[in-house]
Amino acid sequence: MRLLKSTLLAKSAALALALTIGGAHAETNLEFIQWWEPELPAGALRGIMDDFEAQNPGIKVTLISGPYANTRDQIVVGAASGTLSDVVGLDGAWVNDLAKQGAIADLNPLISASGFDVNEVAAVIKVGDGSYMFPVASFVYPVFMNLDLLKEAGVDTMPSNRTEFVDAARKLTSADKNQYGWVLPLSLESPNGIQNDVMSWVWASGDSMLKDGKPDVTNEAVVGTLEFIKSMYDEGLISPGTFAKKEQDKVEEFVNGRVGMMVDSLAHINLIRERNPDLNFGITAVPAVDGYTGKRGLPYASWGIGVSANSEHKEEAFKLVSYLMSKDVNAKLVSIANAFPGNVNAKPDFVTSDALFGKAFEIFQEGYLANEFVGLPVAEELMRQMDVEVQGMLEGNQSAAEAAAKTQAQWETAF
Amino acid sequence: MAFATAQSPGAIGRGMAYALLHRRKLAPYLYVAPSVSLFFLLMLYPMVAVFRYSLLDGAILKPSPKFVWFDNFLQIFSDPVFVQAIGHTLYFSIMSVIFHIIVGLSFALMLNSDRIARPLQSILRVLYILPWLFTAVIIAIIWRLILDPNGVINAILMALHIVDFKVEWFSSSRTAIHALTFVNIWAGYPLYMVTLLAGLQGIPRDLYEAASIDGAGPVRQLLHVTLPQLKPIIVSIALLDFIWTMQVFPLVWMTTGGGPIHATEMMSIYTYKAAFSRFQFSIASASAVVLFIISMSMTYFYIKHQKAVR
Repeated sequence: MRLLKSTLLAKSAALALALTIGGAHAETNLEFIQWWEPELPAGALRGIMDDFEAQNPGIKVTLISGPYANTRDQIVVGAASGTLSDVVGLDGAWVNDLAKQGAIADLNPLISASGFDVNEVAAVIKVGDGSYMFPVASFVYPVFMNLDLLKEAGVDTMPSNRTEFVDAARKLTSADKNQYGWVLPLSLESPNGIQNDVMSWVWASGDSMLKDGKPDVTNEAVVGTLEFIKSMYDEGLISPGTFAKKEQDKVEEFVNGRVGMMVDSLAHINLIRERNPDLNFGITAVPAVDGYTGKRGLPYASWGIGVSANSEHKEEAFKLVSYLMSKDVNAKLVSIANAFPGNVNAKPDFVTSDALFGKAFEIFQEGYLANEFVGLPVAEELMRQMDVEVQGMLEGNQSAAEAAAKTQAQWETAF
Repeated sequence: MAFATAQSPGAIGRGMAYALLHRRKLAPYLYVAPSVSLFFLLMLYPMVAVFRYSLLDGAILKPSPKFVWFDNFLQIFSDPVFVQAIGHTLYFSIMSVIFHIIVGLSFALMLNSDRIARPLQSILRVLYILPWLFTAVIIAIIWRLILDPNGVINAILMALHIVDFKVEWFSSSRTAIHALTFVNIWAGYPLYMVTLLAGLQGIPRDLYEAASIDGAGPVRQLLHVTLPQLKPIIVSIALLDFIWTMQVFPLVWMTTGGGPIHATEMMSIYTYKAAFSRFQFSIASASAVVLFIISMSMTYFYIKHQKAVR
């Protein structure tokens, strides 16, 4: 009897051990929500995930993909209900709200525990002392120029300061021919024109709209930029319909040869070529204020990445983050996306194969990434509030200083 | 088993009759159960939830929001943009309904007229109903193109020397609300046209003959025969249209986004921006409740009117 009991005990212990070992090797399933997969060639992101799974046995990645707007809504709902996916694709504009809500994790402890080299990351998006997002791929916004229209107008050199830009816009504008120097989209539906087409002028001159992390919209640089835009608007150098114009309208007008210059994402180079293969265009950095010789801030939009605060597999989730930020994988991903890398050592292959991207990479390396809306609370709403005031200024209801002061007051409330 | 065998045949019969009676009493409830449960799940629960959110501080986002009663309502009514949004919504809805009736009735009368040949009537019927077939997104895209400063309308107006500059229809705070209302009228008149055409075809011809014998011309026939006969249909459809138009969102959002400045800010836009741009779900719920109350008051008139018609 005693022997039987001992045998049973030994068998139970062996079974428990086997279950424990089995448990240790059980698969961890990571959910990764993002909007990137539909924007990449079919199967590209899945292929990168398969490589990750092959290198990390025991971790499986389920991609939850959708268009940008749907993903944003899903993330808002997931954050509110505590069901956010383990790894989260982020837009910098969402980071502050999600971090304050406690929905995304501070990456600092994960960085320390894994020995990840933060110096390789182009920018770490912080809220307070916490690090919440790495940009995986960045799409910078240079000035696109219709070279044929410029030549026709007698402009031989790419404008590098505001005076040269206004001069070029003046020469390009001919209302009778339905041709304008510049295009400014300020639709309130998607107010990112404030970030890409208005504030980019401030950042290009090394200036800022913030001071110690707080709004500083009434400073000379911002007011001067608003006055500069207002002067071009009043002179009729900007194509009509500004207040209802969206980013796609801007690109359309450039493609059709109706405007000579626009500030736009590099992500649209292929689209422009597809829409008008004969269009002869070039790019240059956003002009700075006259006499500025320092480094230029380059506005950008990015595919950011972070980890859910509620994830039960934070360590594995950060493994995936580190993998996507590693030199070779990052270079591979951004090469497919036609974006600039989040890893400072990664070099995408399109830089050598395409002259225009090569030029863009030069601009990228000479300047620095600047988008001060990244990490701000309710960033989209801040843009919309400023948009309303800029529209009021352009309609002649208020001066640039008044528009800046009203924006400042509203932003202070939001902060 | 032992229990069954112990019962007398009479007792079994009574038991079965009782079960049958019970089942008959239960049957109606079972029939309505699916629709009632769907009503609770898909309509009543969300409505109650929105009402509750409107009384909370930081609904959805705060882990334990506090009851603030009517603070959110006080806040929105002290916001000049919300008050402006109510004004714009009422203008947009009232003008849309009035012109829907006028345009819809005019086209219905035209299609019902004997003076237009049958084949032409059929073609016109298809053409006039087209706007109804487009979704709001398509309508927004079409009219953004047509009313673009470089669009067809400006080209025509400039060719006819009616204007000598490019009118920025959606991009000027002076014209945006009127342009938007015009687009909504264009998108919504076919419903009236079809319904009123059916109504016109139901009016007895002898009424017109009698009016004609009494010396009534076409205008007096319209005023004293056609319109009184169509009145129940017009009132019903106008009330429903007013409720639907008050809630219009995609058309406004996709054409102007509530701008320029706040020139086309509607209650639906205000609610959306509060929820998904500022993440103020309690404020958005309060705004939605105000919209709901206005819609419900119109629904009350609609039901009252329907009862009077019966």
